[in-house]
Amino acid sequence: MKEDLVLPATRETRADTAPEPLLEVSGLVKHFPVKGGFPIRRTVGAVQAVDGLDLTVHAGESFGLVGESGCGKSTTGRLITRLLEPTSGTITYRGQDISHAGRRQLAPIRSEIQMIFQDPYSSLNPRQTVGKIISGPMEINGISPEGGREKRVRELLETVGLNPEHYNRFPHEFSGGQRQRIGVARALALEPKLIVADEPVSALDVSIQAQVVNLLQQVQKDLGIAFVFIAHDLAIVRHFSQRVAVMYLGKIIEVGDRDSIYARPRHPYTHALLSAVPEVTLTEEDSPQRERIRLAGDVPSPISPPSGCRFRTRCWKAQDKCAAEEPPLIQLSGNRNGHLTACHFPEDPTTEAREEDIVLDPALAALEEDRN
Amino acid sequence: MTTVTKAEGAPAPAGPEGFLSVRDLQVTFSTEDGPVKAVDGLSFDLHRGKTLGIVGESGSGKSVTNLTILGLHDPLFTTIDGEIVLDGKELITATEKEMEKLRGNRVAMIFQDPLTALSPFYTIGRQIAEPYMKHTGASKKAAWERAVEMLAKVGIPHPKERARDYPHQFSGGMRQRAMIAMALVCDPDLLIADEPTTALDVTVQAQILDLLKDLQREFGTAIVFITHDLGVIADMADDIMVMYAGRAVERGTVDEVLRSPQHPYTWGLLNSMPRLDSDLGTPLSPIPGSPPSLLTPPPGCRFHPRCTFRDRVDGDRCVTERPLLAPDRSSACHLGAEQKRTIFIEEIRPRLG
Repeated sequence: MKEDLVLPATRETRADTAPEPLLEVSGLVKHFPVKGGFPIRRTVGAVQAVDGLDLTVHAGESFGLVGESGCGKSTTGRLITRLLEPTSGTITYRGQDISHAGRRQLAPIRSEIQMIFQDPYSSLNPRQTVGKIISGPMEINGISPEGGREKRVRELLETVGLNPEHYNRFPHEFSGGQRQRIGVARALALEPKLIVADEPVSALDVSIQAQVVNLLQQVQKDLGIAFVFIAHDLAIVRHFSQRVAVMYLGKIIEVGDRDSIYARPRHPYTHALLSAVPEVTLTEEDSPQRERIRLAGDVPSPISPPSGCRFRTRCWKAQDKCAAEEPPLIQLSGNRNGHLTACHFPEDPTTEAREEDIVLDPALAALEEDRN
Repeated sequence: MTTVTKAEGAPAPAGPEGFLSVRDLQVTFSTEDGPVKAVDGLSFDLHRGKTLGIVGESGSGKSVTNLTILGLHDPLFTTIDGEIVLDGKELITATEKEMEKLRGNRVAMIFQDPLTALSPFYTIGRQIAEPYMKHTGASKKAAWERAVEMLAKVGIPHPKERARDYPHQFSGGMRQRAMIAMALVCDPDLLIADEPTTALDVTVQAQILDLLKDLQREFGTAIVFITHDLGVIADMADDIMVMYAGRAVERGTVDEVLRSPQHPYTWGLLNSMPRLDSDLGTPLSPIPGSPPSLLTPPPGCRFHPRCTFRDRVDGDRCVTERPLLAPDRSSACHLGAEQKRTIFIEEIRPRLG
């Protein structure tokens, strides 16, 4: 009964012909209050986890969100699924504004937007059988598929590569990779149109990661589901997503299709991020060397982010303008359509080695100075 | 790793050489479910000033090996056999007092999670100064100055003031820098780094890795670098040892292991990992199945249940016979040398893009 899982053809054709976005987010802001003081605890500040975010996800596409910890990518995922309520801004799902929608209003949409969580050990209820976990969403939404829920669960288990006989087992009987497959099956149970996958493979071993990535890719292709793929691993995001957005301190600093972001990045942070990825070089010696950029220090606190461009405190090109004026997210000249960058002084669109490495870290610079 | 004279898995290894040499190490934990052989007949050598990278998945025994070198296992539940010789000194039979003199002094360790490895009760400066006082007999003041000097060396801004801070006042990257300062304060000959950058962001990871490399050049420390990330290993190590289910399955220099790997498990790792320049059209080829339980490890080659090349070995040697790992460049696999080369060139290499 695998045919059941193939979604109506109309959905796919619509994705091709009508570029109408599935999900549109504009000016999204989420501030978490910081309380302090005694005896009366007042709000003394705010963690500006997400601060003015615009993004669009089209039907059937895979949209990657990369960034370091604390950049707000997980918060964004939770806002899109409306597990969190945005402080301001709008989230539009298929033309319907859901940014502040109530429980009742959200109910039909909830089944169309599903989530896959990072930790397969804490995202499955240890006291429920796999069958119960996967049929849970159907039960809540009062869906009884043809042939009964149990049959559907068995189909789903088969889709994600698990033995349908394991219907009555408990999560602890499965390995990490298998548990993540259960999480995927649960997300697929309601035939969603959008899945938000928050670091779906980072808790898994290297040899297992590929299994789950392949499964997600298979699901995405076969069922035409749109994905928001949140991860910190740049190579995996590149492998999985057609469009990629790079986040830094609650903002998107660069967004574009995969090839432009990875081969022709313009924002200095994207350059730094790509150059920091440790890579196994399998190519021959004479292939072009990658540039080497070593930033100094860590990401600043999102409680008091820098003024203007948020990356300026770690940027080697920062000037007065960067502190005074926030760079808009625009298409720079020479960039492909849809490749937007928020930078006053963008870099050249290449990732090849420069004449001189950029080493901002004082300790590294000192040690390397000594050697030369 | 050039002087092992007998193959791994074979009994009675010959006289060790090199700065650190481990011979036929066996570590068994007794658990409620029965004995778990976490490390099974491991041998390797490390020379001064060199870096040995140990790669493997969780449960492959890479961390257990290194905790054994430091003598950090509970003797009540652990049986250790074999030989660990550091600069002519046998460590397995060493008394606790002797080990105490060694730890933090000649052998130091950097742990994965600096927040749990640092004490929340003491200032960073004090935690760095303490081993220095203990091992060199320096005065409190001299040790404090040394701590500040080390913090400056690892790139903590305003080290004088920051030495008085507590770990929670440091960011993740700075804590790991403080851990490195603490590990290097007594100028150790051997540094064991157990996944030192796994908890860090990429840009910070790049800083820390470069810092470790530069400090190694300056201090001439030998490093055992444990990680699951082949990219990090490629960046850091001189030699690589790939571990699977408690055994080493392949070893060689970085170039040898990464550019012409010979073991099906290493092929699997390389094939299952996307790279920034890999071909986008081809799906990843994961290793089927999952790592075995060490309570009931598979007989013969421990990788055989997941191995896609098993049928190319005649008979059932994979199931019955443990493949030996020769010293130097080698892989523990029953496939013939010529077979390995052709499989890699014809079937594995093209898929790597």
